[in-house]
Amino acid sequence: MSPLALFGKLADLLVYDVLKLQPGTKLADALHFFIEDTTKIFVLLVVMIYVIALLRASLRVEKVRDFLVGKRRALGYALGSGFGAITPFCSCSSIPLFLGFTSAGIPVGITMAFLLTSPLINEVAVMLLLSLLGWQFTLLYVVVGMGVGILGGALLDMIRAERWLQPFAAKALQQARAQPQAQAQTLQLGETTAQRMTWSQRHSFAKDETLDILLRVWKWVFIGVGLGAGLHGYVPDGWLENNLGSGQWWTVPAAVLMGIPLYSNATGVIPVIESLLLKGLPVGTTLAFCMSTVAASFPEFILLKQVMQWRLLATVFGLLLLAFTLVGWIFNALNFSL
Amino acid sequence: MKAIKVLGSGCTKCNKTADSIKHIAEELGVEILVEKESDPQVMMSFGVMSTPAVVVDDKLVHSGSIPHRVDIEAWLKS
Repeated sequence: MSPLALFGKLADLLVYDVLKLQPGTKLADALHFFIEDTTKIFVLLVVMIYVIALLRASLRVEKVRDFLVGKRRALGYALGSGFGAITPFCSCSSIPLFLGFTSAGIPVGITMAFLLTSPLINEVAVMLLLSLLGWQFTLLYVVVGMGVGILGGALLDMIRAERWLQPFAAKALQQARAQPQAQAQTLQLGETTAQRMTWSQRHSFAKDETLDILLRVWKWVFIGVGLGAGLHGYVPDGWLENNLGSGQWWTVPAAVLMGIPLYSNATGVIPVIESLLLKGLPVGTTLAFCMSTVAASFPEFILLKQVMQWRLLATVFGLLLLAFTLVGWIFNALNFSL
Repeated sequence: MKAIKVLGSGCTKCNKTADSIKHIAEELGVEILVEKESDPQVMMSFGVMSTPAVVVDDKLVHSGSIPHRVDIEAWLKS
């Protein structure tokens, strides 16, 4: 028995034994789904976020930058995307991070590989996917997400995106390329904050991080699981499959567009996605919807206006939407099932 | 009097940082001037890559999180 099955047993106990509901009724189904998922999500979130934060506490963006400086392009995109996935990083720091990378002479494409992957593969989304949708879907999500970051970054360099930076950012990039000395100077500034961490510092970082995330997401867990439970209990089993199950081409872009306004509520959306997938929504459509919800956050995007001209901003946004749509179509066409 | 800048794009963490610095300074009776700075060029000039960051008398002392009380007290007393 997988340890995760414990939460199902707990829900069995509460719904069938304590509340004495009849198995198979709509209310019992919905309630069972709700109890199983909320308990599972909260326990996993607390344990896993704490452990992950403990491990990566000493991984600071300054170190990542120092490591990425001067890397060859192809390797740079992969590393940029990889670090984007594992570095603890709040999207409210996108601007200073962008400038920090840029003023160290790191190409825009590598910086964007980091920034595109970072929100897509974050610990909350990955944990939820892992606990609710299983490791196959999660692995698929992570691989495809990194692929989007790497190819997106490469493409932006190919079209010479640095032309469309705001003038001061473009100047910083040129200066760093022209004078390796100036580069060394900015690198030193970052080092003041990068001392070795003790375990008690790690613990304090991990505790802050766990509390911070939990306070931010707890209500979305309830809302999302509530909606998922409603769908689970009350939408007839064949309905979704009959209407959307064959993966008509337009369902994918529609799912991507629907995902945009749901930004930052990944915690709330993933339990709904679980329910949709169980009801027969194709994997491609599900993946596209999931990525668009997690990554395409409009308000955060607009912030990038401070360092990018509209043209570049629109290009990046268009690129993301196109990438998610393609992902959806490809997996639907392959008739991919888990 | 110490001049303190809180660098950040106006997110809640930055506001909390500024508030708690003001609060602790009041408790300790230290006179300070707290200023919030959201200009990306200023952040770049200090080499700050994650916010909120704190600058005391033009020297970067902290970045990347809401500072702990002990740290704030140390900056104010030094």
